[in-house]
Amino acid sequence: MATINKNATSMQAVLMSNKRVGQYHQLIVNIGDSASLCKPGNFVAISVGGDSSRMILRRAFAISRVSSNSTFGGTMELIIAPHGQGSKWLCSQIEGAVLDVVVPLGTAFGIPTEPVPVLLVGGGYGSAPLFGLAEVLNARGCRVDMLLGASTAGKIYAPMEGKRAVNSLRIYTEDGSMGQMGRVTDPIAGLIADLNIAVVYSCGPMAMLSAINAITHGTEVVHQCAVEESMACGIGICMTCVLPVADEDGDVSMLRSCIDGPVMDGALVQWDKVGRAL
Amino acid sequence: MTAVDFSTTIANAWFPSPIFTASGCASSGRELAQFFPLHDIGGVVTKSVMNKARTGRPTPRMAETASGMLNSIGLQGPGIDAFIAKDIPYLIEQKARIIVSIAGETVEEYATLARKLRSVSGISAVEVNISCPNVENRGLVFACDPEASRRVIDGVRRTLGGELPIIAKLSPDVTDLVSIAKGVVDAGADALALINTVLGMVINLDTMRPHLGGKTGGLSGPAIKPIAIRAVYQVHEAMPKVPILGMGGISNGRDALEMIAAGASGVSIGTASFGNPMALMNISNELRELLALKGFASIRDAVGFAHRVEEAK
Repeated sequence: MATINKNATSMQAVLMSNKRVGQYHQLIVNIGDSASLCKPGNFVAISVGGDSSRMILRRAFAISRVSSNSTFGGTMELIIAPHGQGSKWLCSQIEGAVLDVVVPLGTAFGIPTEPVPVLLVGGGYGSAPLFGLAEVLNARGCRVDMLLGASTAGKIYAPMEGKRAVNSLRIYTEDGSMGQMGRVTDPIAGLIADLNIAVVYSCGPMAMLSAINAITHGTEVVHQCAVEESMACGIGICMTCVLPVADEDGDVSMLRSCIDGPVMDGALVQWDKVGRAL
Repeated sequence: MTAVDFSTTIANAWFPSPIFTASGCASSGRELAQFFPLHDIGGVVTKSVMNKARTGRPTPRMAETASGMLNSIGLQGPGIDAFIAKDIPYLIEQKARIIVSIAGETVEEYATLARKLRSVSGISAVEVNISCPNVENRGLVFACDPEASRRVIDGVRRTLGGELPIIAKLSPDVTDLVSIAKGVVDAGADALALINTVLGMVINLDTMRPHLGGKTGGLSGPAIKPIAIRAVYQVHEAMPKVPILGMGGISNGRDALEMIAAGASGVSIGTASFGNPMALMNISNELRELLALKGFASIRDAVGFAHRVEEAK
């Protein structure tokens, strides 16, 4: 029995729906029984461009939510920003298209064993997996507060139904076009103190994750972050998506964000060494 | 259609299938084991291991290119001792056939690696990677220098003794590949692995600097397939008795048959696994069907078939 990628399956999956949501696309993909194996923080790797594509590598996307009891069998929801050639191709696919997917991949967010207060912080479409996470945390009895940030209103992803599982949701935009003007990291220190936050969960650009870590560093607060590094394979064989991460003894090694992540303990990631030779 | 004899030999090593992983494209095997049983392929060629643990190059380590990709890993790995302690036993437990790939910075390091492998059982062959492009000093790419290539292989041969086959992995980034191939065979290589990646670069137009952390990287994928086919063809033509493990952009059964017809006794699959974890299985199935369709009774019959003398009309 495999120990790595142990729930992953390579399959042909039907695209059930593709809707534009602000600057993003919401894709619903039928992945059958694999939906029940997906946890918040897991991702999917999808082939792009069709059979004669000159894009030879899969694209990795965070799974934002899964549904196991729909009439079509299990489905997963993806929120995709069409900014590169591969994601544009994916966002141009119509209902009924067959996608070549490998799912689920990666390490999921850890869920506290006790119903402790938690803070979820999302940057841009990095907020997508946080809504599924919020539901799981809510079911665990955690008080869930959420902060979302982006440069401008169009880049905020905050579905109405996603708010059900959160106690409060605050939005920050750098240009003030939605919510409060400022950075999503501005209120974190205050909220940690006011709400007695035990765990901060974050997903978004690396600069945001690093800034959050600067706040939680040296405190008792656990920071679980979903990191972003460009991946070639998504299954641990190419060694391209590495980050410098310390172990319990303080020894730093280059860990793969696909199988040792994407969710990592922010306190162990060596943020100042990212992108540098060790 | 009768069943095709899918087995192959590389020097004195027998394999039930001609389809192998490519070094550096299957890590140590564990990652792919979820997708297919490792004993169903010809063998696992492990990621090139060095004497000491190595962290490799900084990120970004990857850039996708048209029908290919650049990588700049820099031989990240656990070092030979941890590799022998953890990775070899796992592969043996999976009943995988193992080709261990080694890389060093000096002739002595290669010999040290060979000495440590000499007493390890369960290995089918040793690939001596003298052509990794992702090193700081291009002068250290032994395979670009006929004399240095010979010295490395000679040192490994002397240390290893006579039994374990040595496969020398060469670079296509040379003026005269055949002379380098002849040199390493003279020095004791039993077989050749052709080709390693081709040195390349991508400039990032946002930063207006080389995109990769290591600036240059190795180009792989379908983009380099014609280079690989040419290299295998030229070397097989010059030394038809020397077995070749062919690789470079092989992504389907047709590609694999091209490689075999050019002169390869085995075919390694690298970048195709990045795009599809089932690639080795799919390629094996396609190749088997294609061989039967073309009327080949065995892999042996197809090796080097593109070199056959024109039949009299």
